[in-house]
Amino acid sequence: MVQYSRTHLDASFAALSDTTRRGVLEQLGRADASITALAQKFEMTITGMKKHVGVLEQAGLVTTKKVGRVRTCKLGPRRLEEEAAWLERYRQLWAARFDELDDVVEQLKQKELKQKETVDGRKKRE
Amino acid sequence: MDARKESEPARMKNRTNVERKSERELVVTRTFNAPARIVFEAWTRPELFKQWWVPKSCGASLLDCEMDVRTGGKYRLVFGAPTSQQMEFFGRYVEVVPPTRIVWTNDEGGEGGAVTTVTFEDKGEQTVLIIHDLYASKKALDEALASGSTDGMPETLDQLDALLTRKP
Repeated sequence: MVQYSRTHLDASFAALSDTTRRGVLEQLGRADASITALAQKFEMTITGMKKHVGVLEQAGLVTTKKVGRVRTCKLGPRRLEEEAAWLERYRQLWAARFDELDDVVEQLKQKELKQKETVDGRKKRE
Repeated sequence: MDARKESEPARMKNRTNVERKSERELVVTRTFNAPARIVFEAWTRPELFKQWWVPKSCGASLLDCEMDVRTGGKYRLVFGAPTSQQMEFFGRYVEVVPPTRIVWTNDEGGEGGAVTTVTFEDKGEQTVLIIHDLYASKKALDEALASGSTDGMPETLDQLDALLTRKP
């Protein structure tokens, strides 16, 4: 199981604390985009957008790649991995809980079966 | 109907599935080899509930468990582990329909806690159990997911923390 340090989480939260940056993530969730396109979309300067993207990049939420003169941004691996790791751990905990619920359910079934046998036995004797 | 022999080898455990169904929804699914009325009983009778709700592997224990399982009733669970503070979870049963459905609120975090719906789908000799958590917002679920990511694996209340943010 992959483990994540608090530093990573802090960086993610800091990155997510800004409305524009959350908007950028949403936007990139739909499609990759260049810094210029993002700057236009969010009505800010290219320099301003570069800063926001830099913060997201540092937190591992976004990756960028320069092709020619255009820097393209896309969602980074961290967020999804972290969520997947959490969900897996959550699943394991429920699985552990349910395995014990299986035992309780089995006991109840057996009890019911015995009661039924007793009743049937009585009926037969009658 | 033929009764199962005691000597029958342990069956395979049924698989537990977890899925983030949408930005605000988390869904857990699991099949049980018993009719719904039995699974429902194990879920709603406190003395039975206590036997399975806190897995032995997590090291914590259920110190207190009050459950008034009926529409409008309340619940309160208190957990403890040797090395950690006690944790308390509470809320209200919004809807209880034996043996098919339980809906409760998770109020320990204040307003806007997730609402949990458990459905017991009776399939005769089996029950498909579906736990559906509906969070107030995408942000609320994202934060719940993030708070579950802690450094070590097998610590007790950290696990519970993640797990119990939506209860019984």
